[in-house]
Amino acid sequence: MPSDRIKIVWIYPDLLSTYGDQGNCIVLERRAALRGISTRTLHVRSDEAVPVDGDIYLLGGGEDRPQILAAQRLRADGGLARAVEFGSAVFAVCAGYQLLGTEFGGEEGQPVQGLGLLNIRSGRGEKRAVGEIVGDVDPALGIPRITGFENHQGITHLGPGVRPLAKTVIGLGNGNGFEGCYQGHIVGTYMHGPALVRNPALADLLLSWAVKGPLQPINDSWAGKLREERLRAVLPA
Amino acid sequence: MSDLPMRAQLAVALGRTASKMSRLAGRGDGSVIGGKIGLKLDPDLLTRLAANRKLVLVSATNGKTTTTRLIASAMSGLGEVATNAFGANMPTGHVSALAAAPAAKYGVLECDEKYVPMVLRETGANVVLLMNLSRDQMDRAGEIWQLAGKWRKALDGADTHVVANCDDPLVTWGAQTAKSVTWVSAGQHWREDSWCCPECGGPLDREGTNWACRQCSFARPRPEWILHGNRVTTPDGRVLDLQLNLPGRANRSNGVMALAVVAQFGVPPEVAMPLLGKVASVAGRYTTVQYQGRDIRLLLAKNPAGWLEAFDVLDPAPGPVALSINAQGPDGRDTSWLWDVDYRILKGRPVWATGERRIDLAARLEAAEVDFRVVDDIEQAVLSVPPGKLDVIANYTAFQDIRTRYGRAL
Repeated sequence: MPSDRIKIVWIYPDLLSTYGDQGNCIVLERRAALRGISTRTLHVRSDEAVPVDGDIYLLGGGEDRPQILAAQRLRADGGLARAVEFGSAVFAVCAGYQLLGTEFGGEEGQPVQGLGLLNIRSGRGEKRAVGEIVGDVDPALGIPRITGFENHQGITHLGPGVRPLAKTVIGLGNGNGFEGCYQGHIVGTYMHGPALVRNPALADLLLSWAVKGPLQPINDSWAGKLREERLRAVLPA
Repeated sequence: MSDLPMRAQLAVALGRTASKMSRLAGRGDGSVIGGKIGLKLDPDLLTRLAANRKLVLVSATNGKTTTTRLIASAMSGLGEVATNAFGANMPTGHVSALAAAPAAKYGVLECDEKYVPMVLRETGANVVLLMNLSRDQMDRAGEIWQLAGKWRKALDGADTHVVANCDDPLVTWGAQTAKSVTWVSAGQHWREDSWCCPECGGPLDREGTNWACRQCSFARPRPEWILHGNRVTTPDGRVLDLQLNLPGRANRSNGVMALAVVAQFGVPPEVAMPLLGKVASVAGRYTTVQYQGRDIRLLLAKNPAGWLEAFDVLDPAPGPVALSINAQGPDGRDTSWLWDVDYRILKGRPVWATGERRIDLAARLEAAEVDFRVVDDIEQAVLSVPPGKLDVIANYTAFQDIRTRYGRAL
């Protein structure tokens, strides 16, 4: 399908982009381009309207205050919720992941209303989770082990209709032996920053949802080597 | 010194011995261990050592060590200046620096961003210089909006004078509560962390160096000192050429802030300028070392804003560049920040990638469509370039590794 055009929408880089979140845009663009699929990426700032016709929406990490502001503005805007109704794919990281739920913890741990696009509830954990994370993905998604770096103090409870993205092998993730979640075409994760770099199969899952069909295989090249190197470095021999 | 209580004198003496032993053992300059022992014996040692001195604290995400050196040099005409020249920028390092110069009436202390409130409280520093804030080693440094909030709180009601870069909105917000501030327009090139108003979260409108919140009254204060190109406009309206021996716009920015700080101690810019020019390298940064017919210049870059400034001083393309990345404790164990750096600027040059996290770097450079070669260590990169110039950009521990390899003297 070389004429396909995927519209990628990066939501609020001015509020939700703490550490390398841009990497997820770059990886999606690149893996599409290597297959001859053109993409167009829109950076939507928090004072702009969220378009409803995106194919893939990206939300990154952020500090407490920006997270609350982003949730307020996205709720008032309503664009993302409509895009989700239309079946668009969403990939949300850390603060972006939490705010898609019904509720998350603010600066003082106070509950803040989320967007309710995922039936999850997040709060503040006892200690900060900082370090490498590895998880075995729900077999229904058909992708290999995920590897990433987590840096958060969140605990996330999944409600009915939401499945965990992976079972944690290393790291804390949601705080109960599982990491991230998915519901329809929305994927949320505590693997912060450029999570799609080390997990090319996860990037391809989003792209395949966007093109509504399978993708031709490509060489993962250095990203593939990075993924192997990281898994080797953190998993017990 | 001699008016220190007995216990504090003992603490200082033992700390010094420990520093010396650490140096002899080749474990670094010893300032951390010495301060650690001193503070253990006398928890009030920093306060005691700071008493009756005129002190400056220097803090920022980037440029702390260099600016500390520039200020110390510019103040050298006033008398002996105590300073933590080796970048040991936490209270242990401050104790060592002050203990090492008991007679110094002045002190210039580089201070880790997180420790500004505590060190200000304990030392009662006369001047606090706040230069820039941007994303940096998030796995250990924490979040910068929160950090600026802590500065704000610590300065509120404190008896100190602040010199701050008003081109950085977050720094401005962090400094604004101080009872007196000298605002300096020192430039801001990395802007990805300041698109939103720190006060109300609204969008910041930016035009040139100017900025203002669209929703509330928070806006850039009027600067007294202005940097433009290589020139400085002083508070009395004179225009002077900066005479620095350090390259790049980041150092011009450090230079103008140093001038504003020393003016607080009565050192006029004409007197300070030649003293700034005496600083040609700082803890190995910007030094060129000759090795096997290559002139290797070492540049340190620890975070995305720092990389932007390192790119600014590179030899013009197609000059070769070697990059070295580690992810040990002091570097931050997370390499995500690589994706915030726009490496496309290196297109058209031969690039070598090395360091413990060279594969992370390779994945990043490949996605930026830069031509590069991955090598096992810096030596392979050095020997692969033809004799002539090579710029090396490395993050903290990678930089130290390279310094050690080519001689600690640089």
